[in-house]
Amino acid sequence: MGIWIEENAKVLVQGITGKQGMFHADKMVEYGTQIVGGCTPGKGGQTVELQGKPFPVWNSMFEAIEATDADATVIYVPPPFAGEAIMEAADAFDQVKGEGVIVCITEGIPTLDMVKAVAFVENRPGVRLIGPNCPGIITPGDGGGAKIGIMPGHIHAKGRIGIVSKSGTLTYEAVAQTMSIGEGQSTCVGIGGDPVNGTGFIDCLAAFEADSQTEAIVMIGEIGGNAEQEAAAWAKDNVSKPIVGFVAGATAPPGKRMGHAGAIISGGKGTAEEKFEAFEAAGIACAKDPSELGAVLLKSLIKAGLRSE
Amino acid sequence: MNIHEYQGKALFKAHGVKVLGGVHCTSVEEALGAYDSLQSKVVAVKSQIHAGGRGKGNLYCPNSGDLVMEGGVKIAFSREDVETYATNILGHVLVTKQTGGEGKLVNHIYVESGCDIAHEYYLALLVDREQKSVLIMASTEGGMDIEEVAEETPELLHKVNVDPNAGLMGYQIRDIGLALGLSGASHKSFAKMLRSLYELFVQEDCAMVEINPLVRTGDDEMVALDAKVSFDENAEFRHKNWDELRDLSEEEDVEIRAKETGLSYVKLDGNIGCLVNGAGLAMATMDVIKLYGGEPANFLDVGGGANEEQVKTAFSIILEDPNVKGILVNIFGGIMRCDIIARGVIAATEALDLNVPLVVRLAGTNVDEGKAILAASTLNIHPADDLAEGAQKIVQLIGGEA
Repeated sequence: MGIWIEENAKVLVQGITGKQGMFHADKMVEYGTQIVGGCTPGKGGQTVELQGKPFPVWNSMFEAIEATDADATVIYVPPPFAGEAIMEAADAFDQVKGEGVIVCITEGIPTLDMVKAVAFVENRPGVRLIGPNCPGIITPGDGGGAKIGIMPGHIHAKGRIGIVSKSGTLTYEAVAQTMSIGEGQSTCVGIGGDPVNGTGFIDCLAAFEADSQTEAIVMIGEIGGNAEQEAAAWAKDNVSKPIVGFVAGATAPPGKRMGHAGAIISGGKGTAEEKFEAFEAAGIACAKDPSELGAVLLKSLIKAGLRSE
Repeated sequence: MNIHEYQGKALFKAHGVKVLGGVHCTSVEEALGAYDSLQSKVVAVKSQIHAGGRGKGNLYCPNSGDLVMEGGVKIAFSREDVETYATNILGHVLVTKQTGGEGKLVNHIYVESGCDIAHEYYLALLVDREQKSVLIMASTEGGMDIEEVAEETPELLHKVNVDPNAGLMGYQIRDIGLALGLSGASHKSFAKMLRSLYELFVQEDCAMVEINPLVRTGDDEMVALDAKVSFDENAEFRHKNWDELRDLSEEEDVEIRAKETGLSYVKLDGNIGCLVNGAGLAMATMDVIKLYGGEPANFLDVGGGANEEQVKTAFSIILEDPNVKGILVNIFGGIMRCDIIARGVIAATEALDLNVPLVVRLAGTNVDEGKAILAASTLNIHPADDLAEGAQKIVQLIGGEA
């Protein structure tokens, strides 16, 4: 189980012939992800070698999905073309299968391209977009699993903690924290640090709540916008599983973009303090330091009767 | 990326948004020439800096710190007035509630014709993160601090979200016009302006366009009296002209250099330098330093695939800040391998002759190799196993509390 991506999901890679795409496709195959090929317009018919084995390349996502019955695609296309790559994938999944998961890793896509792409995806209810500017999604399995993105696979293990985060390396930190108390992960989702993205916190919380494998949730936010506040308010009424939270950026100065395009405090709104308060008001157990996430999670698991010591 | 009012107005004009006649000047002589050419009895002499609150700001002498003039935007009724105001603005430091105490040196002014104002409105277009679309906000309360309006009289702030696939529609323009109480000629003028502004916003990849005030003149024309325009930096690749619009004197020199090497750096006021991979982890590292009684000197994200050279550049940028008394390196290796980072750290400390305490926390891919490389070096590098330990160590090493 896990959310949206089964351990044996069939995955395509858009931009598979590029440097980034090929590097990460290779790492995904190494982890055990069932990569079924890729798409690079103009290079259809060629093959790409990953972990010593050939994988087919198609000219279009329509051809690729028709030929492979893929469940998901991961995008490593450069920013000028990434918005359209998302829409091509959404259109193809919708027409060929009526469903599919698109994971967009690309950082630096123009915001108005994303406004258009997100509206396009939302018009196709069977299609889900994760990202952009994110580490991807991983559902660890028993020896292997589905790693769709750029996260280091080896730090994960199959388990019962669902993780959702805006940030990449901070997600890895959260994963390491669950491992430090002997807990594995059901699915880890990086929703990305851009101001306009696809899947949000609430989508993830709803899916984790419904997922039988997930028994507790770690939610990592950062400054900017009010997605964390809305998610916390929603969780209060709709999530029965324990949630542990952290928000990055308590020391960030207002008006400055902190690396992520979306990580900016504007007009005094979107501060870490505001978000921590919203978490606490919703009964989310907060860690003030990511190195404490493991300890806070352990306490929450014990309190919920999910662990004895 | 922000641009100046005079640049924003040139953009407005090019897209058919009505503005008054005006001239961009960098000297008192040019300002007087502008006054002569505008043929307007009254002109506004406006300081051009990227921060808001110019009208209520004060100008100071950069050397003595003495107050030169109150108000960074002045109405001149004569040629002599223009000379006085231009002299008092150019080369002086304007401090507004948005600039911080150090203020901004003013190198540009905009001399603009006056007009007959019947009413002032507020109009803005921006990207709405929650609705994932372009949001238009308008109010009859022009010239005011719009955040105050939103808080105290939200019913006076009218909002319309534009469907990106349908574009801005006629009924939406009518709704906003009606909400502003416009009719007849003024409504017609407003409709044309808003349509042009939306086109401008999309074509120019704006992050925000704010006009405060937008005015209705005595003869019912809608004119943009201000222009605050910022662009979405992600779209820079398709706007070759942005290079010319960028005013580098408004940006931190070191932040520009960091960006050129693919690093994301923001200078802060503390004394502990940070070098981290990933924006979220970089912010968390700053937070944890503070939590243990220290003050971060910077935000620095070396990105996902930094090489030895970038690590070296990152160190040299951190060390340019004379306040830095110690450095905390925090790397969670994913794609980035800890052994590569360890070699980069050693190369950088040797090349730069590092003489402040250095704490290195490594985790993730190839962590054991990375730690072994650091342990084998003769350099004074303090290892840490997790972020909390790293933060505590560096705070102690520079003589802080923790």
